[in-house]
Amino acid sequence: MTNERKSCEVVFHVRRFNPETDEKPYWQQFTVKVEPGMTVLDGLHQIKRQHDFSLAWRYSCRMGVCGSCGMLINGSATLACNTQILDISDRNLTIAALPNFKIIRDLVSDLSPMFEKHVAVLPYMLRDDIQEMHEPTGEYYQSPDDLLEYLQFTYCIKCGCCMAACPTMATDDAFLGPQPLAQAYRYTIDNRDDGTDRRKKAVTVEHGLFRCHYGGECSAVCPKGVDPARAIQLMKKQLFFDFLKLTKHKTPAHVLGRPEGVERNPKIPEPPPYTVEQE
Amino acid sequence: MRKSTAWNLHMLAGLCLVILLGIHMITTHLDLILGWFNPAGGEAINWRNVVGRGMHLSWMLFYICFLGIALYHGLYGLRSILFELTLTRGAEKVVTAVLVTFGIALFIMGAAAAVVFQSQAMGA
Repeated sequence: MTNERKSCEVVFHVRRFNPETDEKPYWQQFTVKVEPGMTVLDGLHQIKRQHDFSLAWRYSCRMGVCGSCGMLINGSATLACNTQILDISDRNLTIAALPNFKIIRDLVSDLSPMFEKHVAVLPYMLRDDIQEMHEPTGEYYQSPDDLLEYLQFTYCIKCGCCMAACPTMATDDAFLGPQPLAQAYRYTIDNRDDGTDRRKKAVTVEHGLFRCHYGGECSAVCPKGVDPARAIQLMKKQLFFDFLKLTKHKTPAHVLGRPEGVERNPKIPEPPPYTVEQE
Repeated sequence: MRKSTAWNLHMLAGLCLVILLGIHMITTHLDLILGWFNPAGGEAINWRNVVGRGMHLSWMLFYICFLGIALYHGLYGLRSILFELTLTRGAEKVVTAVLVTFGIALFIMGAAAAVVFQSQAMGA
């Protein structure tokens, strides 16, 4: 960590791998002139412009929102766009693709296993009143306190940093992982949801919730401040209380009818038509 | 047994152990302070105290429960640690079978010892 912010030359040690031409990954060094305020993503752009145009990585928003540029920087999984170079080093920087995923090329990890596991835990509202969900007559009631129960878990941007840092993932490819499990909890505690039993079956599989031994690395590295380890522990507690029959049956939030005697503001446009065919 | 049931029982066993281990610690390690369950007085591991406790059916049942619950909790925890070692599916089955067999054998030995001791203490 540097106290004074001055321009300096930083050596980027980048782990390269092209599965079409390379047998195994190798390290390559690039010297980059770093100005105060430059992010690791900026440094990579500079390498691409000045040293090697074939260097591959993934990025999109450049502001810590899209979750595309997750990579291993100086041994810690984080976002390249959200990391100032001089915050972490003024001499050497090691950059590699996120571990616990296959490498597509250079710094690009294949996150598709994470997305498949994410889908497997049913990360959406499950209710019996399908008709109401498709053609709402009002909105489901949710108090500010209800919202706070799950709010922090909605900040997940699916960058994969937690999955890369998870020690259980490192030894067990089939483990669901912190990202999907935290999202399973996020929907389970949403007071509008009624899918606890279905989601419980999805997370209590052989390589599911109970494989987590609370290393806590997922929460330590999350660039959005989400605490997946907490979600997993709370979900374990919830399932244990279910097992002991100590939980009350949750009634999903009721529909709050539209207020009477109020005209719709004509300036508010009607919702757009469905983009997918309804069941 | 479903994975979730086994894990929940592991947690429940942990809770029970807090109570059972607490009683055991109070009896055997705070003996000179509290002197509970030591009919002959003095140290808890004094033979006459051991026999005195062993005569009671409730103590025999306590030790059998303690043994079974501690074995389940400990061996399930060991199994979880071993499963972290990237075992193959077949190896996981072997580990489970070995631990279950080992646990049952130890339980039978320990329970038999408690039952035999209780019957002999009653006859003494």
